[in-house]
Amino acid sequence: MTSPNTPAPPPRLPTGELAYLLRVAFDRAEPLIEWIIRLCGWSAIFFVFAIFFFIFREAWPALFGKLNLIEFFTSTQWQPSSEVHPRYGILALLVGTLSVTVLAMAIAVPLGLGAAVFISEFCGGKTKETLKILIELLAAIPSIVWGFVGYMVLGPVIIKLTGAPVGVNLLNGGVILALMSVPIIVSVGEDSLRAVPDSFREAALSLGASRWEIVYRVLFPAARNGLLAAVLLGVGRAIGETMAVLMCTGHSVQIPHSLLDPVRTLTATIASELGECVAGGDHYRVLFVIGLVLFIITFTVNLVADLAVKGVHNER
Amino acid sequence: MSDNPFAPSPLENRKRIKEAVAKCVLGAITLSLLVPVAAILGYLTYKAWPALTLSFLLENPKDYMTAGGIWAPLVGTFFLVLISLAAAAPIGVLAGVYLNEYARDNWATRTVNLAVMNLAGVPSIVHALFGVGAFVLFAHMGRSMLAASCTLAVMTLPVIITSTREALAAVPMAFREACWNMGATRWQTIRTIVLPNSVSGILTGVILQVSRAAGETAPILFTGAVLFTDVPDHGWHSFFPYGLGDRCMALSMHLFTLATQVRGVSDEVQYGTAVVLIGLVLLVNAFSIGLRGYLRSRQKW
Repeated sequence: MTSPNTPAPPPRLPTGELAYLLRVAFDRAEPLIEWIIRLCGWSAIFFVFAIFFFIFREAWPALFGKLNLIEFFTSTQWQPSSEVHPRYGILALLVGTLSVTVLAMAIAVPLGLGAAVFISEFCGGKTKETLKILIELLAAIPSIVWGFVGYMVLGPVIIKLTGAPVGVNLLNGGVILALMSVPIIVSVGEDSLRAVPDSFREAALSLGASRWEIVYRVLFPAARNGLLAAVLLGVGRAIGETMAVLMCTGHSVQIPHSLLDPVRTLTATIASELGECVAGGDHYRVLFVIGLVLFIITFTVNLVADLAVKGVHNER
Repeated sequence: MSDNPFAPSPLENRKRIKEAVAKCVLGAITLSLLVPVAAILGYLTYKAWPALTLSFLLENPKDYMTAGGIWAPLVGTFFLVLISLAAAAPIGVLAGVYLNEYARDNWATRTVNLAVMNLAGVPSIVHALFGVGAFVLFAHMGRSMLAASCTLAVMTLPVIITSTREALAAVPMAFREACWNMGATRWQTIRTIVLPNSVSGILTGVILQVSRAAGETAPILFTGAVLFTDVPDHGWHSFFPYGLGDRCMALSMHLFTLATQVRGVSDEVQYGTAVVLIGLVLLVNAFSIGLRGYLRSRQKW
């Protein structure tokens, strides 16, 4: 029903031409695109600073105000919700984090490095690939699931075996954390063993060394820094772990005297108390100070691990 | 005195025995990592078996979460992951492109690398504090799905950056040189040669981000997850129950709630939730690994 007087629609560009124009526009915009890419590349720096800034922003009234920093680091009294005289001493929490981490590492480092050596040096082909994939899958299990396993499965087992009054304690948290940090130790350790040039192995073999001798006389010294980095990354993971330790370590603020004592860590304290405290209150600010402490600890650990890995590359 | 001049000397014998012992011990160590985990997974599945039905997935929690299924948290997790992916994937991929294609080896690049590594090492609860400070309070998002997703996005950014960079680094330099020799600019080279040839690796990283984001609890605890909300049981609304500004349920948070906050939840429901969460994460991971293997086998170079 178009009348002959209606103006004809403007001729459509053939799609080929349209695509051509788009492509030209895309290429003309190259400086702009390069800037976007550059900005995205720097975003990681931006976010690290942003994390520090926003946590600091919430923490500073406490940090430079009421909080007595000496008491904060040396007192074991953590009574944030006391009406009369709230006390904020994180020594017990620091010791809690430290003890769980040390226990986890005591289990995870020998197992992790052993497995890394086995995967890298003692098996090949299909077995190697399969084991690497399994370790990768192990790393993927969410921390809340580990917490659940510790809480529901390992806890009762510990009670049955040791006769401890509660199943969620230092031992439970340490074992679960060990299982959680093993994958990163294995994969980084395996990487650093693989980074040792084959000529090292060949030279040792030609001198009549057995595989085991190669491992501990040649590979361990050569991959020292990488293995150290693997351990440090495991430590970083263990310190920062939250949900699993929240569920597995019991929940009493104390300096543990035995493996079966329940403890509380820095991370678990934030996770369990941030929801209950008044936003903007002292308690709330102190929790952000703890966050700052955690951030600085893990930052340092990661920095050292990074420097250790860099050391490997510089030696080559 | 042995007749055979090639018979192993006692030293060689000792070495061989030592090596065999070392191999056995190390193998046992490796097994000792994998077997308990397999046993635990088996046990969880065994305990959860009666609950694992289709209706468990499709029903909402009811009777104060002691019965019913996990539909509401499942949908919540899906949207959290989707939104965080939409935020993190473009930035992460472009950052990977920058680090591999543009960045020169100078102090600025080293700082960026250091920042990526540190971002990956920041504890999840610190990310949660950051989310509260930056998104919930400073950006006035309130406790909402959007704030939670943004927190997850920042947290999973390094995963995408690292795997994108690795994928790009795997494209041979000769491809780029050939393209430059035809007069193409950097960006044209990246767009037409580098990205198409590394899309598989990038995809793997993105999938890994999905599995990481789906399992995280701490970062969403204070930024947008909620213990319980009412979600419609039927109709299209049950597929889009949460707005961007609403708080939402999430599977990982739901498992935490069931195990520690609610009394009288049957074992089946708890274990069932755990198994669904593990299953989801492992499935996504296995898919990513499978995809990587498949694409690697078809690689042209």
